Amino acid sequence: MAEETLTTAQSHGHGHGEHPPHLAHHFESPGQQFDACKFGMWIFLCTEVLMFSGLFCAYAVYRANHPEIFLYAHKYLDTNLGAINTAVLICSSFTMAWAVRAAQKGQQGLLIGLLALTLLGGFGFLGIKYIEYEHKFHKGLLPGAQYNPTVTPGDHGNGDKHAEMGDHELITSEHDAGNAHTAPPGAAPARHDEEPAVAPTGVKPTEQTGLEKTTLPQAAPPPAGRSMEHDHAHEHGMTGRPNNVHLFFGIYFAMTGLHGIHVLAGMAFIAWVLKRSIAGEFGPEYFTPVDLVGLYWHLVDLIWIFLFPLLYLIH
Amino acid sequence: MAIDEFAESMSLASAPSPSASFWLPPQGSTVAQGVDSVFYYIFWISLFFFALIVVLMVWFVFRYRRRPGHEAQQTATHSIGLELTWTIIPVIIVCTMFYKGFASFMDMAVPPANAYEIEVVGQKWSWNFIYPNGYIDSELHVPVDRDILLTMSSEDVIHSFFIPAFRVKKDVVPGRFTKLWFRATNPGEFLVFCTEYCGTQHSDMTTTCYVHPVGEFEKWLAKASNFLDQMTPAEGGKLLYQRRGCTQCHSVDGISGIGPSFKNLFGKSHLMTDGSTVTVDENYIRESILNPQKLIVAGYEAVMPTYAGRLTDREISAIIAYIKSITEGYSGDESVPEESSAPANEEAVGDKPGANANEGRQTNDE
Amino acid sequence: MTTISSSYDPVPELAHGNNYLTHTRGVLSWLFTLDHKRIGVMYLVGILGSFFLGGVFAVLVRTELLFQGEQVLTDDQYNQMFTLHGAVMTFLVIIPGIPAALGNFVLPIMLGAKDVAFPRLNLASFYLWTLGAIFFLAVLASGGLDTGWTFYTPYSIETNTAVIGATAGAFILGFSSILTGMNFIVSIHQLRPPGMTWFKMPLFLWALYATAIIQVLATPVLAITLLLLIAERTFQVGIFDPKLGGDPVLYQHFFWFYSHPAVYIMILPAMGVISELVSVFSRKHIFGYRFIAYSSIAIALFGFLVWGHHMFTSGQSNMMNMIFSALTFSVSIPSAIKVFNWLATMYKGSISLATPMCYALIFIFLFGIGGLTGLFLTTLATDIQLHDTYFVVAHFHYVMMGGTMIAFFGALHYWWPKMTGRMYSEMWGRLAAFLVFVGFNTTFFPQFVAGSQGMPRRYADYKEMYAGYHFVSSIGSYIMAVAFVIMACYLLHSLFRGRKAPANPWGANTLEWHCSSPPPHQNFDEQPAVGDCYDYSGLEYDTATDSYVPKSRTAVTT
Repeated sequence: MAEETLTTAQSHGHGHGEHPPHLAHHFESPGQQFDACKFGMWIFLCTEVLMFSGLFCAYAVYRANHPEIFLYAHKYLDTNLGAINTAVLICSSFTMAWAVRAAQKGQQGLLIGLLALTLLGGFGFLGIKYIEYEHKFHKGLLPGAQYNPTVTPGDHGNGDKHAEMGDHELITSEHDAGNAHTAPPGAAPARHDEEPAVAPTGVKPTEQTGLEKTTLPQAAPPPAGRSMEHDHAHEHGMTGRPNNVHLFFGIYFAMTGLHGIHVLAGMAFIAWVLKRSIAGEFGPEYFTPVDLVGLYWHLVDLIWIFLFPLLYLIH
Repeated sequence: MAIDEFAESMSLASAPSPSASFWLPPQGSTVAQGVDSVFYYIFWISLFFFALIVVLMVWFVFRYRRRPGHEAQQTATHSIGLELTWTIIPVIIVCTMFYKGFASFMDMAVPPANAYEIEVVGQKWSWNFIYPNGYIDSELHVPVDRDILLTMSSEDVIHSFFIPAFRVKKDVVPGRFTKLWFRATNPGEFLVFCTEYCGTQHSDMTTTCYVHPVGEFEKWLAKASNFLDQMTPAEGGKLLYQRRGCTQCHSVDGISGIGPSFKNLFGKSHLMTDGSTVTVDENYIRESILNPQKLIVAGYEAVMPTYAGRLTDREISAIIAYIKSITEGYSGDESVPEESSAPANEEAVGDKPGANANEGRQTNDE
Repeated sequence: MTTISSSYDPVPELAHGNNYLTHTRGVLSWLFTLDHKRIGVMYLVGILGSFFLGGVFAVLVRTELLFQGEQVLTDDQYNQMFTLHGAVMTFLVIIPGIPAALGNFVLPIMLGAKDVAFPRLNLASFYLWTLGAIFFLAVLASGGLDTGWTFYTPYSIETNTAVIGATAGAFILGFSSILTGMNFIVSIHQLRPPGMTWFKMPLFLWALYATAIIQVLATPVLAITLLLLIAERTFQVGIFDPKLGGDPVLYQHFFWFYSHPAVYIMILPAMGVISELVSVFSRKHIFGYRFIAYSSIAIALFGFLVWGHHMFTSGQSNMMNMIFSALTFSVSIPSAIKVFNWLATMYKGSISLATPMCYALIFIFLFGIGGLTGLFLTTLATDIQLHDTYFVVAHFHYVMMGGTMIAFFGALHYWWPKMTGRMYSEMWGRLAAFLVFVGFNTTFFPQFVAGSQGMPRRYADYKEMYAGYHFVSSIGSYIMAVAFVIMACYLLHSLFRGRKAPANPWGANTLEWHCSSPPPHQNFDEQPAVGDCYDYSGLEYDTATDSYVPKSRTAVTT
């Protein structure tokens, strides 16, 4: 729909010979049209920020209530990959800004090259993100009911860090992982009505066999003795793993996933602008789409700059 | 039983309370008067302003109606003084409303020390009240003139506990405890509602709060806690069936609800969702109560919560006896000499063909 | 309706014999139109259709509650009916009602512009609305929805009904709303012609501007909330699911952060309409223009700070309850200012009881009750008693229906001649308005009493002590249904047989009455001069056309 914003500029091109070709009939001047489009884009960016702010609020609430989950689980993330991705996005933001300038100055070749570079940056970011996601899917580092880790925090797939914590070898078991992935929907915890609902112990993959998890949840303790969510007494068991680690991954995937979709959308817009600039449609008198796509791309970059420290760099 | 006696003891006190009004139900707790005074404070102020607005409006419409010879007179288009007046006066008024409402709210929000604690568990679609001695009832019984603290939680979705006469309400949220307190001021029966939408039978999630006169509550609790000693297992099972939430899904008239009907259930063969066939016997019923997700009768959803830890073995036996009692073909069991049922248990009905195997198990266990 | 309208003869008074209805012909010229007026008309058709659907659900709900016990619906069906009634009325009717349908039609003309800033976005917004409506219909066809329109977790995670379809529909409708809001903000900022300063704008535009701010700032939060709910049901993410350690009350915070401001999305345009109607039909300059304009903005801003008053009983801390209670009172002040300013406008006017003014007066009456009963729900102690009872149901119907829908019908009758070029029957119009008024109060006033007596909302059945209230309430709903049928009849009749509408039948001075009825494709043949839109001294009644004409013109003819 951002596209709609942009193409509006070309609408109503009919029957107004005295107008510049890109000026819609209901605007008085190209300047007014440019201001309107840019203002519209800023408002749209506001809505994007507010959409993400919902997730940032969820993050803040859960981090405040369960700091131990975040401290524990963020070690599953690979800071190096995150840092590389941050650098990639910042570079692509720079090339984007430069591309806008090139469009304003009418430097056609430079504009095309810079847009292509920006697009490449987007691909790079998504590629690295894919590596990260793939690793997590493989190792069962998934949100909610699917959470079933087969690695320890700090192991990013190099396979040589298992020695750090001996007790995690108990976890492994492909059998476990397979069970979790193929479990019928009815067996998902959301349907575990027989579970002690008031004691949301979540899924404790390390303490249950797959069979127990899918078919035989523990019997509920007597009502008087139920432990509650905010009862932290059980959260640091012998293994040092807090309960409900999967919440971190719920938030991680929601935030990075939504951001990833925005990167994809941004790339689609860049590709579209690239196509139009190859056709030579932009120049000093008309570069609105390049400018607006640039704004959008900077926002995508900016959101990642918040996500990176909040998710990867927790102390 | 206890409730009938309660009704008798109430007959003197059950005259309608004079504090009931057009707008509000009778006042049944110590906070009710405070709430009502805030209500009527706002009510009269609102009524005054509403009357003012409507009278002015109607009068203007009549007085300045469009008619031949009448022209609109252009008056001032604004008046800072006038407009500030009708800004500042409402501000002052709502400040007083806020203060009165807040003060009265704090009375009901802060539970007093040394209150009598009852645990409340909401589930679709019934209430369980767990008294300090472990006795569980589906109706709330409290002594008059004593601070009662309800510690509430939910087994499934969000419910909300509401006694209109007491002017108290609090959501019952899964995964956490919420607290609510009140002090009933006069004996009687009061409606309890669930006011947070919770699914199909939300409107049936009502119960009664019995406020006992001084000294009666302890007697009631002692008697109620031992109800299984005072009746046959089947009768006890019937009470458990009625009070512990079974009625919400299991009928006794043969019509399937969310779960299978209990009528003529015992000895029946059921096809399970996993393809196996199970004959309903004591072990199967017990298993279904404690571990309801294990075997699901074909055609039903796996929605029953476990009762492990919430029903004692003796109570489960009583429910089994009740199911037998409403199964045709077991009708003769009721005529078993009373003496043999003293240690309330299912041996009483054990000499039927279908139960032979289980009888054997019972003996072995002992 | 669209085909009917497009087959009109050109209205004779038009200089060029061409208007937006006849500018181009054929169904495709409507489906792909970028003309804000046509988009507004298409919205109107869709919204009136949805209103009919939601109304049928409402009548079913009231019929089930006519007597104790089961009448026409099982418990499950009842739960679906009240859910769908709420969801359809909120998302498909009331939120887009005034801004998207009527606002779209009049905003650019009132402003003196040729169109909204982004006509394609405008059309996209309409098609998103249509898509959202299709999702809702699909939900209806595929097992319904029984969560209540609020989708509270964890019930919405557990239920077997079509929650994903409904949330996806609401998500799409949210986008539609955002795009409309964006378009309005940019149009008002950028497209004001020379002379149209901020404080010369009609108050309806101020109200739409304030509404658009809320649409743009609050709706994205609903979007992310609904996305998380979909993720919760699809992947069991656990953020709102207590069984996975999540927090179901967090969902309520998210939901009401949108949905309380959404209440002001609904009521602000209605207040804007009333400001226009009261002034025009009293032939008086609006009293306290700036206070009314500022109070719209104030309501929009305060509206963001009060969502927690929906959770006074949820177990949130006493401190939060205190803060939200205090902040909520702040919203009542700007509303009170507006009501007093409207009364002051009527003072010494020449008040005509034309149908739109009847609705304006009904609005003041009903909104007065709706607003004042809000005070009971803002006050902590009384809200504990009244929360989630019929008192709340009655309160928000007095505000949403007695306020927004009544203003919507007032606006519909007011702009009907401009939109269709035809006049409807005044006699039937007033009769329908009277019946709506009687039926509405009969339906909802007893609900206040039932609620304060403790009757909880969303109950498929009730205790005997509440039977009387429910019976009266159901009877009232039938009266209202009759009134709306009458309204549909005379409005449809006017399309075919109605007297051709003059350019300015009411004697209003905002710019849309300066162009012909219906307006030409480009809105204005020449840029109109912008003056004080509440100054009626330049107009006088012309008996020949039963309309108002500029004084200079009569001077020339005589």
